[in-house]
Amino acid sequence: MPVEGSRRDYSLIGLDAKLARESGLAAAEWYACPIPRKRLKALMVRSDGPAIRDTLIWLAALALSGLGGWWFWGTAWCAPFFLVYGVLYGSASDSRMHECNHGTAFKTRWMNDAVYHVACFMMLREPTVWRWSHTRHHTDTIIVGRDPEIAVQRPTDVLEHLLNLFALKNTAKTLRCLVPHVAGRLTAEEETFIPDMEHWKVYAVARLYLAILAAIALWCIAIGSILPAMLVGLPTLYGGFMSLFFGLTQHAGLAEDVLDHRLNTRTVLMNPVFRFLYWNMNYHMEHHMFPMVPYHALPKLHEAIKADCPTPYPSCWAAYREIIPALLRQIKAPSHHVRRELPDRSDAAPHTHGTPIIVAE
Amino acid sequence: MSAQWIEACGADEIDEEDVIRFDHGGRSFALYRDEDDGYFATDGLCTHENVHLADGLVIGRIIECPKHNGRFDYTTGQAKGAPVCVDLKTYPVKVEGGRVFLRI
Repeated sequence: MPVEGSRRDYSLIGLDAKLARESGLAAAEWYACPIPRKRLKALMVRSDGPAIRDTLIWLAALALSGLGGWWFWGTAWCAPFFLVYGVLYGSASDSRMHECNHGTAFKTRWMNDAVYHVACFMMLREPTVWRWSHTRHHTDTIIVGRDPEIAVQRPTDVLEHLLNLFALKNTAKTLRCLVPHVAGRLTAEEETFIPDMEHWKVYAVARLYLAILAAIALWCIAIGSILPAMLVGLPTLYGGFMSLFFGLTQHAGLAEDVLDHRLNTRTVLMNPVFRFLYWNMNYHMEHHMFPMVPYHALPKLHEAIKADCPTPYPSCWAAYREIIPALLRQIKAPSHHVRRELPDRSDAAPHTHGTPIIVAE
Repeated sequence: MSAQWIEACGADEIDEEDVIRFDHGGRSFALYRDEDDGYFATDGLCTHENVHLADGLVIGRIIECPKHNGRFDYTTGQAKGAPVCVDLKTYPVKVEGGRVFLRI
């Protein structure tokens, strides 16, 4: 366990990585709320309808707001259009990318893949790298030294989070990794979670990203305006603040190194607009426990297991009233964390969630 | 030791287009029933990480792992793409007198 004031090693190749493996925290069994198999199966059923509807609305809103920004370019009227466009591009694409990576948003495989790759570019995340880092995130959620996606490390780096209001830290990290990828190399950490057979994909996409970004930059220079970059590239930055706003609610300030998503992941009730932008990822605890349930079925899953879960946060305001003080306290007391209260249920059945197990005599 | 037929469960204990877990001799297997009443068996744990496939979702001939959504064709064991890279081992299955047997 970390000593008060000590700094933990969040890299995947350091001391805490070794300790996590030795203590059985790596690829361990996690608690799962009991839910009858038939109920879970019904919730896992895939369909194309909801995601097609939501994707068409998203793309139409992107097109209209982008058109407005372009039309009013050079006047103050372009600002609200680019604000909407930026949030749809640099924040809403985060949850689209995430859900399509899981392969649950659409029933049809190619639709998941197509939206995944487009949304990855919008977020300036490399699809193969992120697919594998997210796989690890689900295996070892907030296990220090194992999870490459611990967004809020301790002690809290306030500057880092302020920079990420405009996705600056995350984008700088992607660009830093893009260079070796273009040259045909992975970083030492990436080597730990991306299998050899996938490496070529990383290099190919890195080269494609660089070519697109270079083409946009050249276009801007050629016409003497940043308008092309306002539509492709820069929205990742100026529209990224809602991604941070939603993303911090997921795990920030909660426990590290526990094998129960109820203790390290939040469910926050949000309004319909936020839920559209975030594709129901506010039901994040449910998503982590049962990642095969599509985003549109998460509210029903929440209802099905809520008796075995901590009380959800009733609003973003309620969540941030807890998160901000916790993060500020973690500046000087890194081992501090919010302790979620679990319901007292003696009938909880970890790991099997109602699946019948037949054992031979 | 030569392979032998092991009685696993009643044929109607597996729903159509579903999977159950069967443990025998310290090993775990997954038994499947497809939409046409075909029965199949594979190793019970995903080849990517030690997760029981019986908690996953059967879609046609595909079993999807509950943890990372890795997909296998359960009739052949073939891994269908990231994050699963290694095929599943499959086992012969027969149904006699309403009971399911697998050969291990």
